[in-house]
Amino acid sequence: MTISIRSVAKTFGRFPALNHVSLEIADGELLALLGPSGSGKTTLLRAIAGLEFPNEGQIFFGDQDMTYASAAARRVGFVFQQYALFRHMSVAKNIAFGLDVRKGRAKPSKAEIAAKVDELLGLVELSDLGKRYPNQLSGGQRQRVALARALAVDPSVLLLDEPFGALDATVRKSLRKEVRRIHDATGVTTIFVTHDQEEALELADRVAILKDGKIQQVGTPRQVHDEPADAFVAGFVGEANRIEGTVAAGRFSAGEVTIAAPDRPDGPAIAFVRPHQFVKGGAIPLAVRRATHQGPLVRIEGETASGLWLEAAFSRDQANGAGPGDAINLGIERAHIFSA
Amino acid sequence: MSDHPHRLAHEDAPWLKAVVLTVVAAFLVLVLLLPMAVVFVEALRKGLDPALEAIRTPDAQAAIKLTLITAAITVPFNAVFGVCAAWAVAKHRFPGKALLITLIDLPFSVSPVVAGLIYVLIFGAQGWFGEWLLDHDIKIIFALPGIVLATIFVTFPFVARELIPLMQEQGVDEEEAAVSMGASGLRTFWSVTAPNIRWGLLYGVLLCNARAMGEFGAVSVVSGHIRGLTNTMPLHIEILYNEYDFVGAFSVAALLCLLAVVTLVLKTLLEIAQPPSRRVGH
Amino acid sequence: MTAIDTTRPVAPARPPFFRRRSAVPGFALTLGLTIAVLSTVVLIPLFAVALKAGHQPPSEFLKEAFSARALAAYRLSFGAAFLAAAVNGVFGLVTAWALVRYEFPLKGLINGLIDLPFALPTAVAGIALTALYAETGWIGALAKPLGWKIAYTPLGVVVALTFIGLPFVVRTLEPVMRDLSADVEEAAATLGAGRIDTIRRVILPALMPAWLTGFALAFARGVGEYGSVIFIAGNMPYRSEIAPLLIIIQLEEYKYAGAAAIAVVMLGVSFAMLFVINAIQAWARRRA
Repeated sequence: MTISIRSVAKTFGRFPALNHVSLEIADGELLALLGPSGSGKTTLLRAIAGLEFPNEGQIFFGDQDMTYASAAARRVGFVFQQYALFRHMSVAKNIAFGLDVRKGRAKPSKAEIAAKVDELLGLVELSDLGKRYPNQLSGGQRQRVALARALAVDPSVLLLDEPFGALDATVRKSLRKEVRRIHDATGVTTIFVTHDQEEALELADRVAILKDGKIQQVGTPRQVHDEPADAFVAGFVGEANRIEGTVAAGRFSAGEVTIAAPDRPDGPAIAFVRPHQFVKGGAIPLAVRRATHQGPLVRIEGETASGLWLEAAFSRDQANGAGPGDAINLGIERAHIFSA
Repeated sequence: MSDHPHRLAHEDAPWLKAVVLTVVAAFLVLVLLLPMAVVFVEALRKGLDPALEAIRTPDAQAAIKLTLITAAITVPFNAVFGVCAAWAVAKHRFPGKALLITLIDLPFSVSPVVAGLIYVLIFGAQGWFGEWLLDHDIKIIFALPGIVLATIFVTFPFVARELIPLMQEQGVDEEEAAVSMGASGLRTFWSVTAPNIRWGLLYGVLLCNARAMGEFGAVSVVSGHIRGLTNTMPLHIEILYNEYDFVGAFSVAALLCLLAVVTLVLKTLLEIAQPPSRRVGH
Repeated sequence: MTAIDTTRPVAPARPPFFRRRSAVPGFALTLGLTIAVLSTVVLIPLFAVALKAGHQPPSEFLKEAFSARALAAYRLSFGAAFLAAAVNGVFGLVTAWALVRYEFPLKGLINGLIDLPFALPTAVAGIALTALYAETGWIGALAKPLGWKIAYTPLGVVVALTFIGLPFVVRTLEPVMRDLSADVEEAAATLGAGRIDTIRRVILPALMPAWLTGFALAFARGVGEYGSVIFIAGNMPYRSEIAPLLIIIQLEEYKYAGAAAIAVVMLGVSFAMLFVINAIQAWARRRA
């Protein structure tokens, strides 16, 4: 199912949660809504689900206007941040609920429901736990049940609100792979909300980055990382040294740092340089203050004479044993420069 | 220094503990325990038979019946209202919510006598609808409808104020999940909300019932004290007491006292079933 | 993938006539029912009293509402309710502390017993307290040699209102005390505060809003209380006659306007108390 969001606006009281957001989601796509808290990403997800209704704009499922359709009419699968499992129902009953509430002809037979529940329990690898109750499950298991429950209605779109937010780091990682596997197995259009850029970049086909109720950029994980559309995206996605300076005659300069900026207008500007975009042996002298080893990489932090604090990442070979007290010279291979 | 080094920082000194517990015990015995004991002692002053006899008189039986009927109408009414109000307030956003909660709580801060008076002023012979009611031969004041109305007023907030904080705490995630899976409103309530609030609902109903059966001031104003007809158990106690039939009065009182004890036991059991959220009073 | 022609002109979104406020259904129905019942049972009848009282000339109203007898009755109702709330403020605080902090035998039973005044009909409480505190009663007989007369005096009214108000202070303080984590006290101790200092400067201020709320609730309940008081009060005009009783006396003499006048004064106090309680709780939330 393609989802088309056209100029959707939503305010809570006076607070504008969504400010005329437009977004197209292709059939079968796995899209991440990424942004800091208060950016409107959850509101957008809930508006797609029919749990929140916009003040303006339209939401299409295929070519059907669903803007004011009830949640029940949309056939979405929604996975809540805290899972919202029905605590007084067994796992199997939870998963069966969406089929069980159907009426008349649309309601599958008991045997069909049982078969579907078994199939879904298999899909999320919880085959033996159908009779358990939510409070007898671990966080990761609850998450899988919530996923299976949302998939039971054969949803036109699967929506996940901070799906890994409540889990500890190791469970997070394995469940991420799980969600990708289930998405690939079912082919259902999937949208998930996260504030964790690593999660968004690893899992999604495309990432939409929101700030203050507006979409800043939509693109593949590679695009948003390598070609950020604006200063916010450059700072939010991936690590970067943020250097404030000025552009004059096609050159950005700040202290010892100068970078070619041929297409930028003159005036104050901000340059973003990722740690791995530094090379050794350039024109920027750096007094090393700290060197930390992270697996094959060495992170070097230090200060220039003019007081710029820079952080660079090198392979061990390149770093060549540089440590606190040493002086090295840095060059910049690439940078993103935006007018301030 | 009276401080013992091995005592934890948030623990009180033994002497302080002893003083506190003694004061508490004395206070509770004086104010709570002795009054309850005296009811049974006075009721059984002349033995068990006169006490039982006092409960078996036709007037006492009529009073018991009226009290049960009143509770049987009042409690379900307020339970339904309470669930409705809690659903609207706890599961939705709307302006004026705080005011609505305050207004629902209002009957708790109105004197029961005033509660009775307002219905007399509306439905009494001199009231707004007095003449019309007289013409159509409908009795509200000095009859069952008046007693029920006054009782509904004084027990109005019990269920609602029990459910509102409980349902607010539970949030709307589960309801939204049910709705997004296609469940209707009623279905959502019965299969998702109701199981989550049943203990709280029962708790509110229990307190509502205790007050409904025991209400005195409000009912006293609207009842007319007609023996065998419009006397509830508390009013019957008053009449017997004023006629110096102490054994009779305390025997009926002992019956209500047992009701209170049963209420407290059930209440404690319910609190074990579902630990209370922050309750304020009542 | 079904292609959508995103270039086609988008019709301005027209919300349905009844715009959905929330995904959870039943809002209009339940709110409508709530407001309808609330208005019929509570708000309109209360309005009727005000109307009745306002139906007479203001001078007449003032004469009824503030006659010497009425003033004496207010003084007793408010004064006794205040004293009783103060007694409960002290003993309720101590009781709550014991229930939250100490382990002792029969704790479960005592905890259940605290709510007795909520569960026991007021008329039963009234005759029981009278039997107990009258000169022939267990406690009244003890007090008599000391020259104390309790039942049938204003002191009796205080006793009855103490009984009625007991659970309010205890039950409002308990949850707050329980939430008061031990680390605050431990922090105070590590900063060098003695136990008494900790209680006085850390614990009591934290309990203040809840204590005030409990006090106000007990006071509000006491002002309007009728059933438990009339048996023990003696009901002498100007001396031991409470305001609610005066309303009933007026009614029995068919003086509806007079009854309404006193009721309006009492309602005014009820509203004021409600406002005070809400204000205290708003203050407590801001501090929390």
